[in-house]
Amino acid sequence: MAREMPGHAVPSVEPGATPVKGRSLWVDAWNVLRRNRAAMASVCIILTMSVLVIVGPWLSPYDYAQTDWDNISIAPEWESRHVFGTDALGRDLFVRTLHGGRISLMIGIVATLVSLLIGISYGATAGYLGGRIDHLMMRIVDILYAMPFMFFVILLMVFFGRNIILIFVAIGAINWLDMARIVRGQTLSLKSKEFVEAAEAQGVSTFNIIRRHIVPNLLGVVVVYVTLTIPQVILVESFLSFLGLGVQEPMTSWGALVNEGAQEMETAPWMLVFPAVFLAMTLFCFNFVGDGLRDALDPKDR
Amino acid sequence: MSRDETKALAPGEALLKVTDLNVRFRTADGEVHAVRDLSLQLAAGETLGIVGESGSGKSQSMMSMIGLLADNGAASGSASYRGEELLGMPAGKLRRIRGRRIGMIFQDPMTSLNPYMTVFDQMSQVLIHHEKLGRREARTRCVEMLEAVRIPEPKRRIDMYPHEFSGGMRQRVMIASALLCRPDLLIADEPTTALDVTVQAQILELMKDIRREFGTAIILITHDLGVVAGLCERVLVMNGGREMESGPVDDIFYRPQNAYTRALLAAVPRLDEAEIRRLASVAADDAAEKASAEAAGEVITRHEPKLDAAPLLEVDDLRVHFRIAPATVFGRSQLLKAVDGVQLSLHPGETLGVVGESGCGKSTLARAVLRLVPATTGRISLLGDDITAKDKKAMRAHRRDMQVIFQDPLASLNPRMTVGDIVAEPLWTHSPGMPRAEVRKKVAAMLERVGLGPQFINRYPHEFSGGQCQRIGIARALVLEPELIICDEPVSALDVSIQAQIVNLLMDIQAEMNLSLVFIAHDLAVVRHISHRILVMYLGRVVEISDRVNLYERPMHPYTQALIRAVPIPDPHKERNKPHAPLQGDLPSPVDPPSGCTFRTRCPHAVERCASETPALRILGDSLVACHEAERVRAAIDRGVSPTRTAGA
Repeated sequence: MAREMPGHAVPSVEPGATPVKGRSLWVDAWNVLRRNRAAMASVCIILTMSVLVIVGPWLSPYDYAQTDWDNISIAPEWESRHVFGTDALGRDLFVRTLHGGRISLMIGIVATLVSLLIGISYGATAGYLGGRIDHLMMRIVDILYAMPFMFFVILLMVFFGRNIILIFVAIGAINWLDMARIVRGQTLSLKSKEFVEAAEAQGVSTFNIIRRHIVPNLLGVVVVYVTLTIPQVILVESFLSFLGLGVQEPMTSWGALVNEGAQEMETAPWMLVFPAVFLAMTLFCFNFVGDGLRDALDPKDR
Repeated sequence: MSRDETKALAPGEALLKVTDLNVRFRTADGEVHAVRDLSLQLAAGETLGIVGESGSGKSQSMMSMIGLLADNGAASGSASYRGEELLGMPAGKLRRIRGRRIGMIFQDPMTSLNPYMTVFDQMSQVLIHHEKLGRREARTRCVEMLEAVRIPEPKRRIDMYPHEFSGGMRQRVMIASALLCRPDLLIADEPTTALDVTVQAQILELMKDIRREFGTAIILITHDLGVVAGLCERVLVMNGGREMESGPVDDIFYRPQNAYTRALLAAVPRLDEAEIRRLASVAADDAAEKASAEAAGEVITRHEPKLDAAPLLEVDDLRVHFRIAPATVFGRSQLLKAVDGVQLSLHPGETLGVVGESGCGKSTLARAVLRLVPATTGRISLLGDDITAKDKKAMRAHRRDMQVIFQDPLASLNPRMTVGDIVAEPLWTHSPGMPRAEVRKKVAAMLERVGLGPQFINRYPHEFSGGQCQRIGIARALVLEPELIICDEPVSALDVSIQAQIVNLLMDIQAEMNLSLVFIAHDLAVVRHISHRILVMYLGRVVEISDRVNLYERPMHPYTQALIRAVPIPDPHKERNKPHAPLQGDLPSPVDPPSGCTFRTRCPHAVERCASETPALRILGDSLVACHEAERVRAAIDRGVSPTRTAGA
C-alpha cells in the first residue's frame, strides 16, 4: 500500500472491511499489455539490447577505434574473435555495432526526454491557460514548424562544426513541437472535463490543477507517443549520419554504420547486414511496444 | 408494395410470440446472462411497454430478436413473427423483414442519421432497394410520410441534411423512415430519452396518432414509467434480465403484485402529489439503504428553511454573454446570450430548483454563480459579500462556502486519483496544514456519511457504479462543510432507483447540515420533490419563480403550464385524461432569440405586445412571473375555458 493508514483513524471498520488496494488505470493497462505477446516480446528484446550495448563492448578484446592490421575487411569468423567481421579499416564490427547502438539509443532516449519535458510543460500550459496566451504560444510553434529541418541542421553544422551535442539539440528542438501540439490538444479536451471544473470550483490553484489533474491524465497519450518517438529519432539520426551530417568518426552510430555498409555492400555484405538488423529490430520493437501501449491505455477498451 | 408475402393473421394469433428467450454475452470477465427465459406475446395493433433500468436486458431482448446483437452475444429460445422463427433466420431474409415488416427507432436521433446524406437519400434507400420503386415514386412516398409525422414543409425539408433539423425533428424523420414500408410492428428503444420534455410530449402524441392511423403494433422500451402510462396497453417490467411482472397497464400501476414493480413505482417522484413521500430505493444493498427503504412511501415533513434570515446567495440581473467566433474570416461574430438577466435569492437551508429545457442557460447560470465563467454584467453576492469581480486568489476563500455536484458522475472524478485523494483534495487546498491522519479521518467519515465504506478509500473511480461515483462527488462537495451546494443535473444520468437514493441522500444531508441547495434539473418532478421554491428558465431568462405547491397548482406563465402538461405522470388514468396539447415547435436559437418575450414564438396566448415589449418579472399572486398576459391566461384557465391565441383580441 502506498500510504499506511493508522487503524484508529477509521471509524467503525467492520472486520473484513479493511481498505482494499484499488486497481489504478496503470494496473489495468499493465494487465492488458501483459496479454499482448508481441509487445511483451519486444520489451524483452529492447531490454536485452540495452544491456548488450552497454556491456557488450567490454567483452570484446577490441576497441571501437582500434585497427587490426592483420584482419582488414574480413568476413565474420570465430578464430580472430571478429564475430561480425571487420570493416575496410580493420575495425571490429561487433564492437562498432554495439557502440553505435549506444549512441543511437542514447540519442533516441535523450532527445525524446528533452522533447517530452519541453513539450509537456509548453503544451499543457498553452492548453490550460487558453485564450491569447495559447494563441501566441501555438503560433511560435507554427513558425518553428515552418523552418526546413535539413536546412536548420546544415546551418548548425556549418556554424558550430560536427558535434554530438548539436545533434541532440537539433533533433530535440524539432521534436518537442509535435509533443507540444499533441499535449495541447489533449489538455483542451481535459480542461472541459467536469473533474477539472470541480477542482476549479474548489479553488485548487492553477499549478496544482495542471500537476494533479491535467498531467497525470495526459500520460497515457504521452507514453504511447514516446515509444513511437524514440524510433523516429533514431531514424532521423541515422538519416543525418547517412548523409554524413551525423556523428563524427571514429565515433559511430547505427545510421553511420549502415551508410558505410551500403557503400561496401557488394564486397563486404556483413558490414551492412549486422547494423541494419540491429537497427531494424530496435525500431520494430519500439513500434510494437507503442502499439501495445496504445491498446492497453485506450479507455474505450475497458 | 409486397404485402402478399405476409399471410393474414388468424384471429387470436399473436403477431409476435417470444418463448424462453435467453441472451448471453461472452466477455473478458466471463459470461453475462443478459436475458433469462423471457416470454411475451403481442397481438396486431397492440402497444406493449417494456420497462426496466439499465442492464435489465430490455433492449437486448429486442435486439436479439431482430438479429442486431453484438458479435459476442448469442440468443437461444424462440421468437416467432407471424409464425416465422426469427432466431437463426438467414441474415438476408431477416434484413428484409427488418426493413419492411418491423420498423425500429433508437434513442439518439443525432447519431442514427448519416450527416453526409440528405433526408431523402437516407429515407428512400429502403423503398428503392426493398420495394424497387423509382426515385419519383419514392419521393412522393417519403413526402407523404414526413407529412404524416407532422414535419412542416416536407417538400422543401426532404432535401435538407440532418444537421439542419432539431433533435425532435430528427426523431420524427427516424419515425418516418421506420414507417415507410408500413410495418406492422414498430420497436422504439428509448425514443424520447434524449429529448426535452416538451419535445417528448410531441413525439409521444405522434406515436399515438400513428397507432391510430396505421394500426401499427408498438413495443416501447423505456425506463420512464410515465411514458408507459400514457401510451401502452400492456406493460412488462424487467429486472436483471428477468420478467418481474407483466399485465394490463392499469394492473401494473394500480395493483402491482411484484415487489420490484412496487419499488420502481415508489422510486419516481410524483409531480401530481402535493406531499413529499420518501422515495424507495430499489437496490438496497447496504444497511443504511435498507433502513431508508423501509421508510419509503412515508410522507416526510420537509426541512424548513429560515426565511427570516439574511439570504445566503443573491443574484441580481446576472448576464452571461459569449462571443461566438464568426464562421468565416470576414463574418461577424455573434453574441450568445446564455444567461440574460437572472435574479434570484436563496435562504439558509433552502432548496431552489432550477428547471428548463436544454439550452435554456441553467448550467451556465450555475457556472456563473460558481465563478467558473465570468459574468458579463450583474451582481452575485454570497453571505453578503459581492463576489462578482473577485480575482482568483480572493475568490479562493469564498469557494469554501460554495461547492458543486456535476451531472456525469464518472467524468467529474479524476480517473488517476484514488477516492480518498479525490475527497481529500478540498482539504489539501483549504487547510494545507491539516495533519495527514486528520485528513484521512475526515475523508473516511465523509465517505461513510454518503454510504460508502472506508474500505473503498484506495480505489479508483472506474471501479464504481454511477450512483457510487455520484456519492463520491457528494462527499467531495461536503467535506469542507459548505453553506451552499450547487447541483447541476446531479441525477439526470442515473437510473430511477439510484436517482431515488441520491435524492434521499441530498435531502437527509440538507436537514442534517442546514445546507442550501441550488438544484438544477430538466425533470420537473424531481425538482418539485426536492425544492422549496422553483425557478423556471427559458432562453436565458427567468419566466417564473414560485413555491413548489403553487407552481404545480397555479402555474402563471404559459411556459410553466406547458412544461407541467408535458411531464408524463406514472398514472394511466391521469395521463389518459390529461388535456393533450403539447407545446409546438422547438427552442429558438439563443444566438438569435425572438424579440420581446422570447417565448412568444411557441406561446399559444401571444399577442402583439409580446413581440415589442420584453416582460419584466413581476409579482402575481404568490409567484413572480414574466408575462404580459399572465392574468388573462390564468383567469381563463380558472374559468375552465381554454384560452386561445385570439382570446385577447
